[in-house]
Parts: sequence; C-alpha cells; structure tokens
Amino acid sequence: MLSLKLAFRNLIGARLRTWLNVFVLSMAFVVIIWFKGVLNGWNEQARHDTIVWQIGGGQYWQGNYDPYDPFTIDDSHAPLPDLVQKAVEQGQMTPMLISQASMYPQGRIQSISLRGVDPNQKIIELPTIYLNTEGDDIPAIIGERTAKNSKLSVGDYVTVRWRDVNGTFDADEVKIVHVFKTDVPTMDLGIVWIPLEKHRAMVNMPNEATILTTSPESGFIGDIPGWEFKDYNFLLSEIREMIKTKSLGGYLMFIILMSLAMLAIFDTQVLSIFRRQKEIGTHIALGMTQRQVVALFTVEGAMHSILAAILAAIYGVPLLALQAKIGWSLPAGTDDFGLTIAEKIYPKYSLGLVLGTTLLVLITTTIVSYLPARRISKMEPTDAIRGKIQ
Amino acid sequence: MQNGQLITIQKLVKDYPVGRGHFRALEDINLTIGKGEFTGLVGPSGSGKTTLLNIVGSLDAPTQGDANVLGQSISSLNARQSAHLRNHHLGFIFQTYNLLPVYNVFENVELPLLLLKMAKNERRKLVDQALEWVGLQDKRQSRPAQLSGGECQRVSIARAMVKSPKIVLADEPTANLDAENSHNILQTMEKLNKDLKTTFIFATHDDKVIQYLHRKITLLDGKVAKDEQIVKQ
Repeated sequence: MLSLKLAFRNLIGARLRTWLNVFVLSMAFVVIIWFKGVLNGWNEQARHDTIVWQIGGGQYWQGNYDPYDPFTIDDSHAPLPDLVQKAVEQGQMTPMLISQASMYPQGRIQSISLRGVDPNQKIIELPTIYLNTEGDDIPAIIGERTAKNSKLSVGDYVTVRWRDVNGTFDADEVKIVHVFKTDVPTMDLGIVWIPLEKHRAMVNMPNEATILTTSPESGFIGDIPGWEFKDYNFLLSEIREMIKTKSLGGYLMFIILMSLAMLAIFDTQVLSIFRRQKEIGTHIALGMTQRQVVALFTVEGAMHSILAAILAAIYGVPLLALQAKIGWSLPAGTDDFGLTIAEKIYPKYSLGLVLGTTLLVLITTTIVSYLPARRISKMEPTDAIRGKIQ
Repeated sequence: MQNGQLITIQKLVKDYPVGRGHFRALEDINLTIGKGEFTGLVGPSGSGKTTLLNIVGSLDAPTQGDANVLGQSISSLNARQSAHLRNHHLGFIFQTYNLLPVYNVFENVELPLLLLKMAKNERRKLVDQALEWVGLQDKRQSRPAQLSGGECQRVSIARAMVKSPKIVLADEPTANLDAENSHNILQTMEKLNKDLKTTFIFATHDDKVIQYLHRKITLLDGKVAKDEQIVKQ
C-alpha cells in the first residue's frame, strides 16, 4: 500500500516524463483493443453472413461431394429420399444441385459452377425469388463479383454449356435476371444460379440434389443414408482458420506496439535508477529496505499501465464506441480477395477483451519495470546516498 | 544501553577492498556517545568521519569490532532490522540535502512518517510542528528546486526531526551553505538538541560547525586522535 502511494506520488510528481510514457502506453491499449474488436466484429459478421447466406442450420452433403475436388462433382448427386422430400415440403430444408459448366460471355470461355436452387426457398438469403419467371428463357442470377468478372449485367444473355448425367454436352443461353450483392464470396464467385427443376432437366437428374441446406430452426433432422450432415463446426472452420490467421498477423502488431511502449518504460526505469541513486539512498536511509525500494520502483513502472488504462478509457472509450457505431469502411476491392468480409466492419468489444488486454499490459509492464529495478538490490546504500555511479 | 549511553563503539575496524588488498578506513575505534550530546566527528577528508557515521547509521557494517546503537549490535542486524532501526530511531541530514525533487516540502518531511505507517492527521500535525521548528511553514507547497540551499537544508532537518528520533546523524550539513545559512541551521539544530534532548552527531571539517559542538572527536587516518569536551561559556 505504501509502495502504491509513494509510486503514485512519484509518477504524478514526474509530470511530463510520466505522461509521455503513459500516452504511448495508452495508445497501445486503444489500438490493441480496437484491432481485436475489428477481428471480433469481422468474425461475427462473417459467421452471421455465412449462416444466413449459405449454410442455414447446417448442410447434408451427398456422400461423394467434396468442394475441393472438382473430379467428384460429376458423381455428387443422388435422388432425394422420402424423409428429405417431406422435410423439403415442410420447409425444413432446401435442395441444391451442383454441376460443372462453362459460360461464354463476350466470346470468352469461363468455367462456372452451375447451381440449381428452388426459387421459392426461404431458408437462405440468396434472392432466388428472381428465378420465378415466365417464358422460355432460362433465368439466372449471379453475384456482383461474377458479374464484374464476366462483364454481365441484368438483361444480358450468355451461353452456357454443360454435360448431362450421361456425359452428353449441351448448351443454351441463360438470361441474367438479377445481380445480387453478398459478403459471402463462396455464393458468388464463378457461380450461376438457375431454377432447380430447370437444372435437373438440363442435366437429366430428376429429383436429385448435391447439397441439402437445412433451416436454422431444424438443423440436423436425423441420419440420411448416402448423405453426410455437416454442422457449423465443420462449415465455419474456414472462417475460423482465416480469422486465426488474421489474428496471428495482428499479434505481430501487438508485439510491435507493446515493444515500443515497453521500451519507453524500460528506458525510463533504467534512466530513473541511474538518475535517482541519491533518492534510492535516501529511501534506504529513511528506513526502507532495498527490497522495498525495488518494489517501489517496480510498482512505479507498473503504475504507468494503470494510468495508461485510465487515459485510454478517457479518450479510447468514446473513440471505440463511435467506431463500433459507424463501422470501419474497408478499401474498395477488399471483397474481391475471396474472404467473407463486409464493406464495413463493426468492431465488437467485450469485457473479456478489455480486461484481458489490461491484464496483459499490466503484467508485461511489471516485468519490464522489475528487470532494471533489480539493480537497486546490488547498490551500496552509502554510495547511493552520495549519488555515486555504481 | 549501558549507563545511559546511546552508542557504544568497541575496537571497531572497517576495511574496504582495493584490488587484491584492502584499505583500512577505520582502526581500533572505541567511543561512547550519550543521550543529548552535540558531538562532532572532526578531521580532514579521508579520515573516516563519514564511514563511522554510516556504521552508526547502520548503512554500513564494521569489518571487525562492534558498534552498539540503542542496544543493537550493528554487525548482527539483518537488512530488515537495520531498516527498522533507521526508520524508528535515526534521522539523517546530508551534505546535498537529498530531498526528493518531485515532492513538495510537506511531502518530503512527511515521508519518514509514511514509512512509519502513521495516520494522516498525526502526520499532518507532526509535519506542521517540524516545519515550525525550522521556520518553513510558508513553504509547504514549494518544491526543492524553488528553495535556496539554506531552506533545503532546513527541510532536511525537519525531515530528520519529524519523527523525534533519538539520534540525528549529520554528514557535512553546512558544506554547501554560506556562512549566514550555516549559522542559521546550526542554531536551529542546537535549539532542537537543547529542547528535545536529541543526540546530534556531525561529520565535519567546517570550523563554523566545530564552534557549535559540545564534544569534538578528532579522527586522523581512521583513528581517534583526540576526544575533547568543549565547555561553552
């Protein structure tokens, strides 16, 4: 308690020297919390968007389906069992048929994934309602990224060539009826969405599907022979890994920021112990043990982080709250990187994040303060009183 | 403590290592100092005055022999016991004042009482009293940098006296002061010695200090050359 009191008095008395260190450290606090908040916000948004746009309450994959192996696509389809048929009719799941195809926008050839989806499904946010058209045209919806890459827009016709279940090539024109915007690139990049029944007829796979996406309310509805249920843990693993990778990159920034702040504290401590030898000697003469003086200097150094936390709270809380409200706009084109990322990220801060960061900074500062302070215990009190360099 | 003696020094030797050998700073010192003395360790530079003062102040330990201060053998004290002795019973006055620059006058004088874990009200009362003794009541909020040398030394005296120690050790207290300030602070200390019966021990070679002493112990080359009582007229 006495060390705290004296350390606080020393720090306040040191004025500018203290406040410069405290300011640098407070910036480390704010930036670390902000960056972690951005990652948390991104993680939450990406998870939410992926759920509502792509995976609903989880997916059943046809046993052969492997999205990372194009050679499996041709065999990744099976008729819907009765149990599934009932679930689809009750709105518990929606089937999706996937086949490989090529399209020829402006004479160029582009590999695409042709996906048939029920135009009336309400399980995912994909705007399939636009596929409910009348006439002979094959309606198709595509995402903005695909539209940009293939220079297609609403009303355009584009030739699509596919192979049916027997390996026979066929081709027809599809009409782009809608271009949608999504933060989930795996629902956009190189994908052309067409009505499920039309697709089944084109590839001669009646009543078949590749993926069954369940509604968030139903999720796993039981084992279906020939189909494998993929839960959130599996389907969101990529996002998790991506955020983890980003977090690792973020840690590098933490280390740099913390190193700068800690270097300032360490330097201040070394300088203090060098400059304040008389003061150290005086404390000993007045009745402190050397161990108590080491504790005093350590607490003094560590207290920088407490003052920094207070200062960071003063300007950081409104700043971070504002940022969480207005979001952080990402540079144009960021969504082309293939990551599930919104145009604006709204940072998410938690009590755990704030307390964890504070604790981390406090512990690091204490260690950094203690290291140079240990020298005090080796000082000769009589030399210290005279300010003799030791 | 024997026969009211606060300090008993017997066959005290202090060596400092120098290279592979050693330098003998004090040799065969035998002294007793009683309550309320106003004593000076006098001698030229290098005669061992400060070394002896540091041993009495338990800031240093003898190589041989013993210094018994307030019934405690300095040689046998551990760091905590030494600190306790200094904290409760000894006051220090330094040549360069050794005030803490970031504290104001009040805080500097209050520091020993904080170490004694004294209550706030009592601290305030004692600090006010000490500042009154040295005539610095109006400088409570000043920082050492805003004070003259004489004022700094008076703060240092107040800091040494605030806890009413049994012994005050003053190492060349006037070395950085002009004649007028030297006399002022010596008169202050003499008055405190008289009023509070505090034992003052000086290490000095300043004639201005010497003329105030009641007892003069002359050290030469680490040995007591002369020990004389000075009768004041």
